[in-house]
Amino acid sequence: MTQFEVVSPGLLLTVQDRGRPGLAHLGVPPSGAADPAAYELGNRLVGNPPGAAALEATMDGPVLRFDRPTTVALTGATTPEVRTVELLEVGRCVGGVRTYVSVRGGIEVEPTLGSRSTDLLTGLGPAPLRAGDVVRVGPEPAEQPRPATVPGPGVPDAPVLRVVPGPRDDWFSARALESLCSEPWRVSSSSNRVGIRLEGPPLERARHDELLSEGLVTGALQVPASGQPILLMQDHPTTGGYPVIAVVHSDDLWLAGQLAPRRCVRFAIDG
Amino acid sequence: MNVTIRRAGDRGSLIEFPDNAAAVRAARLLREEPSGLVDIVIGHATVLVTWVEEVSDLVPIVERALVPEPEMVGRSVEIPVRYDGPDLDEVARLTGLSQEEVVARHTGVEHVAAFLGFQPGFAYLLGGDEELHVPRREVPRTRVPGGTVAIAGPYSGVYPRDSPGGWRLLGSTATAMFEPAREPPALLTPGDRVRFVAA
Repeated sequence: MTQFEVVSPGLLLTVQDRGRPGLAHLGVPPSGAADPAAYELGNRLVGNPPGAAALEATMDGPVLRFDRPTTVALTGATTPEVRTVELLEVGRCVGGVRTYVSVRGGIEVEPTLGSRSTDLLTGLGPAPLRAGDVVRVGPEPAEQPRPATVPGPGVPDAPVLRVVPGPRDDWFSARALESLCSEPWRVSSSSNRVGIRLEGPPLERARHDELLSEGLVTGALQVPASGQPILLMQDHPTTGGYPVIAVVHSDDLWLAGQLAPRRCVRFAIDG
Repeated sequence: MNVTIRRAGDRGSLIEFPDNAAAVRAARLLREEPSGLVDIVIGHATVLVTWVEEVSDLVPIVERALVPEPEMVGRSVEIPVRYDGPDLDEVARLTGLSQEEVVARHTGVEHVAAFLGFQPGFAYLLGGDEELHVPRREVPRTRVPGGTVAIAGPYSGVYPRDSPGGWRLLGSTATAMFEPAREPPALLTPGDRVRFVAA
């Protein structure tokens, strides 16, 4: 069976698939690929069945040493400096921040609660990959690979995420939703798969009592006491006590997953 | 209708109920019906529901949950605790009780699991002695060991694994709160009755 050694993981290299939806009532975060469309495309290109696990590289691509020739696909953020002499060297992510390395056969690690995804919040699933790790690849699928260069949607120069107001927009002053949707927000460098911290004018609360814990969705813009919103990503906690002013539209979540630190993003009310 | 349904994005709704019991009933009814929901998450007197494809009308199910029914008696679970936590002394000081009285009041009542969240298997337990309602710490600890039994506000809880935490730590238990390979993986489910026993 094919296997590879991680020579260098880059900044952060995790295993991801479709995650663990449906277990939030147990306190289990959804996890899964931060750019789901790019991850699904990778599996199609190498002929893997949907849901096969891939590598999610963050900011820098990995360097991998395969023990035999194999078929891989790179999707998501562009990586202009790919080399494939003896090693697969993926290079730096450009435009976006997450590139998927889909290997024909899928990444073969033990699933936890039905998924091979690394969950950075709770430690479920395999640990992030480190240099020296040897990773097994699953058996050759029946489907033939379909090598292709597919133009991706690309991260626009001025990204805009559509939001649905609520569920707790009434906990904020009327000005707060207005400034959320008119000011540019800077992506803090302390962002990760749990949440993207945003910097801008503090969003003003209308109510100052404590909200009791309630369920949270991926894409929620949760506002702690500082007034600086946190956009919840795939490894977010399932419940929380900070009010959510608005939720990013599910069709735009992939773009949130590709936002680079220090970039600016804007929000616009959807319908 | 005594229920407010709020939008939680394009694929979710947050349903607010008059009390916790109605939220627990609604979650159970929603789980029993083939409604096409992905997640059904109980919070404090709320239920968050999410979907991918269109779902059936949830309002009739939600309305049924408002009709009180004979109290469902959840399972009884005993959790043995060594009461030697680092905040036992401070909780005694904050409440004006002796350490022995703090332990007696924590073990003297039956708690009810209200909902799970924060970490896999972490149940928010209500019903604790009101004398023990202490605020959470100003500065959370960066690491609370798994198995720690703690209180904050109206809640008691057991940290399933090492994690940051701001609650007041009373002691520890060897009982596993969450094991991915176990069925069900979480020891507690909403409605379960929990008694802490001094070990």
